[in-house]
Amino acid sequence: MSGLAFIIAGMLAAATPFLLAALGELVAERSGVLNLGIEGMMAFGAVVAFIIVHQGGGHAAGFLAAGVAGMALALVFAWLALSLRANQVAAGLAIAILGEGLSALFGKTYESTTVTGLPKIAVPGLADLPVAGGLFQQDPIVWLTLLATLGLWYALRFTKLGLVIRAVGENPGAARAIGYPVLAIRYGAVAFGGLMAGFAGAYASTVYTPLWAEGMIAGRGWIALALVVFATWMTGRVFFGAVLFGAVSLGGLAAQASGVSLNSQFLASLPYIVTIIVLGIISSNKRLLKINGVASLGEPFGP
Amino acid sequence: MTELPFRLRLIRRDGASRRAALLAPLAALLAAGLVNFLLYIAMGKDPAAVFYAMLVEPFVSWSSFSEVLLKLTPLLLIAEGLAVGFRAKVINIGAEGQFILGAIFAASIPVWFPEATGGWIWALMLLLGGIGGALWATVPAFWRVRLNASEILVTLMMSLIAAQLLNYLLVGPWKDPMGFNFPQSVMFQNDAILPTLIPGTRVNVALILAFVWAGLIYLYMQKSFQGYQLLVGGLAPHATAYAGFSEGRAVWLSLLIGGFAAGLAGAAEVAGPLGQLQRSVSSGYGYTAIIVAYLGGLHPIGIIFSSLLIAALNIGGDNAMVSADLPKAAVEVFQGSLLVFYLAAITLVRFRIQWRPPQEVRA
Amino acid sequence: MPSPLLTLRGLGKSYGSVRANHAIDLEVAEGSIHAILGENGAGKSTLMKLIYGVETPDAGEILWRGAPLRVTSPAEARRAGIGMVFQHFSLFDTLTVVENISLVVPGTKADLGQRIRTLGQTFGLDVDPQAYVHALSVGERQRVEIIRCLMTDPRLLILDEPTSVLPPQSVERLFQTLQRLKEGGVSILFISHKLDEVRAICDRATILRAGTVVDNVDPRGHDAHALARMMIGHAMPEMAHARSLAPGEVLLQVDRLNHRPDDPFAMALADMSFEVRTGEVLGLAGVSGNGQAELTRLISGEWTLPRADAERVRMMGRPVGDRGAADRRELGFAFVPEERLGRGAVPDMSLADNSLLTAHRLGLVRNGLIDRTREAAFTRRCIEEFDVRAPGPEAEAGALSGGNLQKFIVGRELMLAPRLLFVAQPTWGVDIGAATAIRRRLVELRNQGCAIFVISEEIEELFEICDRVMVIREGRLSPSLRIAETDVQEVGRYMVGTREGTGGGDERAHS
Repeated sequence: MSGLAFIIAGMLAAATPFLLAALGELVAERSGVLNLGIEGMMAFGAVVAFIIVHQGGGHAAGFLAAGVAGMALALVFAWLALSLRANQVAAGLAIAILGEGLSALFGKTYESTTVTGLPKIAVPGLADLPVAGGLFQQDPIVWLTLLATLGLWYALRFTKLGLVIRAVGENPGAARAIGYPVLAIRYGAVAFGGLMAGFAGAYASTVYTPLWAEGMIAGRGWIALALVVFATWMTGRVFFGAVLFGAVSLGGLAAQASGVSLNSQFLASLPYIVTIIVLGIISSNKRLLKINGVASLGEPFGP
Repeated sequence: MTELPFRLRLIRRDGASRRAALLAPLAALLAAGLVNFLLYIAMGKDPAAVFYAMLVEPFVSWSSFSEVLLKLTPLLLIAEGLAVGFRAKVINIGAEGQFILGAIFAASIPVWFPEATGGWIWALMLLLGGIGGALWATVPAFWRVRLNASEILVTLMMSLIAAQLLNYLLVGPWKDPMGFNFPQSVMFQNDAILPTLIPGTRVNVALILAFVWAGLIYLYMQKSFQGYQLLVGGLAPHATAYAGFSEGRAVWLSLLIGGFAAGLAGAAEVAGPLGQLQRSVSSGYGYTAIIVAYLGGLHPIGIIFSSLLIAALNIGGDNAMVSADLPKAAVEVFQGSLLVFYLAAITLVRFRIQWRPPQEVRA
Repeated sequence: MPSPLLTLRGLGKSYGSVRANHAIDLEVAEGSIHAILGENGAGKSTLMKLIYGVETPDAGEILWRGAPLRVTSPAEARRAGIGMVFQHFSLFDTLTVVENISLVVPGTKADLGQRIRTLGQTFGLDVDPQAYVHALSVGERQRVEIIRCLMTDPRLLILDEPTSVLPPQSVERLFQTLQRLKEGGVSILFISHKLDEVRAICDRATILRAGTVVDNVDPRGHDAHALARMMIGHAMPEMAHARSLAPGEVLLQVDRLNHRPDDPFAMALADMSFEVRTGEVLGLAGVSGNGQAELTRLISGEWTLPRADAERVRMMGRPVGDRGAADRRELGFAFVPEERLGRGAVPDMSLADNSLLTAHRLGLVRNGLIDRTREAAFTRRCIEEFDVRAPGPEAEAGALSGGNLQKFIVGRELMLAPRLLFVAQPTWGVDIGAATAIRRRLVELRNQGCAIFVISEEIEELFEICDRVMVIREGRLSPSLRIAETDVQEVGRYMVGTREGTGGGDERAHS
């Protein structure tokens, strides 16, 4: 397989953990809540899913349990940040630390064990195309994630619920004044973020690299946070950002495979380096951030 | 339609409650203890044995307490530095990377000049370590001040990169040629090792340094006008601009102080208990120090106590691993839940809680 | 006799130890315009929130057409037939008009858009349903709020200080709308502290003072002085209009200032020039959102210009355009911003530490360390001299009432003995006694030779204390007008723009 075909075939799968987590965080941030705990929720979801699949519970049960696990942590965060008006940054960090701790604790006995991933589903005809054929041959979770992306884009843009979430994020005081239960809506948005982060973790540990290793999330939750900023809080751009990161993480491997000598530590750092550079470029455009940003992001709101 | 799913109302106090501020860490410790108690039972461990190992054993013998002091040193150094930034709302979560850079900078002397002798070597290594940590923090500082980028994400990414840089050095140019291919540097010469403070233990002069550092931070944050300016920036950014204090300078100072402290701690670690550069040089001090900083109420004195507590928990965790067969990760869970409950408890510093439901309108 | 539309009996609400409302009795008749009159802090807004279900009362009951009504949320109030237009609009800037309305009123966007147009024609409330709210003027936003209320078909419409944001000409237009609504059978609860307005359109007035009802009158049967007495408990303090002094040295000079802010929602400033001299007060009038906030930051030094534009702003004769607030203050400049909490003062810090914010240059810092003794002494003096009601220097700024905090900030800035003083909204949310005291202080300071620049949305206030006044609109300045040679109508015309200045004019906040 050529390097290009390799990247095209793999980038959607590589993008999926980023995409799932970032979409969840997007909804939470749109409602005005900054949850820095994604890495922890992903790690916890990953271990829960891995254990269930490893015990023979199957992927469906594994994903479901991972979603619940992520959501449970998200609700702890919501309790701190929303009900108790704790500093959202500190509360998010607490969840990140707690989630990684739980992940390491429960995963201890599974270190270096493997499970079976999911078979790929090919789009008839298209999957046989030269070079781009691999793009149409993906596991079911990738296909579901693409559907979820479309659904979320539609929901945020065209439904009343989406409108309410955006309104709460822009001006919670006004939303409350016209009668919306701001905290309940934010609880919901944060819980959704936890659910998606749990799924993202489950995908990483049971489908993408079905092998348990402590710390296997390896910063992907943090990159997902950065992706939401890159995308300036827009669903479509989250998708393209995630695919770009999927491609970057494969690009190095492809280059190495095609004989270019690249240092493996440098390759491992590449997504982080790209994150820093892109973050600098996007953030320096203050106008863009202001136009698309969420006005009340990270501010505690008390009725 | 009611606003809250719970019948709980927060009423803002007229001023911060000092009593609640002092009681919050204790309440958090109790709550976290209870939750983890249940967790240990669920895991089939004997909670009494675990708690004895984690909270009592570190203090019963001089030898284990000296290990607590050894563990406390980097935590105290880093957390005091981080707290400066946290209070200025400059959230540096990349102390881990700054620590690693400090360790690398310090190790450069014994790695490149293994034959050098003289009492100045360890002192120079500490200084270099501080500089290395501060240099690593210049990237997020520049990114925040000039490019408006979140220092939270950049500091974290810099830590992940630092870990890869360390790997690169240890499997590549700095690998000990006589080290059986282990990813570690040569053992440092004697003059590159910090002098022992208490004979018969591993406690070294860095402990004094950590307490001096805590004193300096106390002076800086509680007494100096520059520290006051950082506080204003953290509490009310618009007031900073109003008064004409420089926001950029606050970011630079916060990150450089935090980076310097973490780098110093990294240097003290390689020049202290380790005696060489290893892949596991940090064992998560940079992240643990975040918990220490918050748990100490971001106050220079409070952090001395919280670093003692967390250091003891970590030593106790090692004990529990042996005596109660508990994975080390249980300590991380304990610390994480401790922070969760602490953040919940300090709500009471600013707010009173009213539990009753909204009153019925009397007819 | 039919029962009144709305009856309140013994309504009460406390926040902690503060009694915002106590034993309020009130009756609003069908088809009337009923005023709630009271000065800042009298408890008017709290009362409205209780009726609209934003807050729940601690005591008393609400009757709706004679039957008990219990509202625990705005949605319930709307279902009962109560609508409210907030003083600080509860609209969402990044959504369109029709999206904003669809948050409250069910229906498809096309359908809603049609109804918005129809209502607009009936009541003189025309606005484009597809426009984004951030692109609307203040008057248009108010119309959107009113339309949004009307679409839920209310019997009672509450308007919280609806005229405080409008230029004089738009007030006329609002009153016409209210009359038409009344004729259409909608009762109106009109909250205000402006006596002339209440006398102009209201059938009844209930007067609140310190959270209790002090009287209930027909406002047309009393003159403004009598109403004022009821409102504040004693005669309105007189303000002797100070005679102008001979203008002296130029201390603030703004010369062809142009500015395009980073913030896309902020107003660009174009070609501004003016000067303030010793011994005079220059006022800036205008509808909020026309560039006041931006000009304020450029003069205070919170925003700076590129070095090449340093000459655009001069203070005490020196170019300072590229200098920050600290450098400008070193030259003898002092500034009171319109936001007290979080800008002029740090809410979570003690008053003593808040003194340090700008008064550190008076020797409160030595060798880089804070001198706590001097800091406390300075703060105590400020509290005494400016009648700040606070337990002491250790009180937290956030625990003070708006008026007391304003007195503290004004006091702190005056104690710096500035040569040039800049004050934005000097008396916002301050009770009448304190407001008069602050205005007197400003005029005294002027008489001592200070140069003063004041921004205010209250034209009356500017006419009281200024020697000259300018108007800002769409980021541009009108020529400066001598107070002695102009009147409220002329200033009002500049506020809405001269072209549309006659009758039914419109004002734009954003272009």
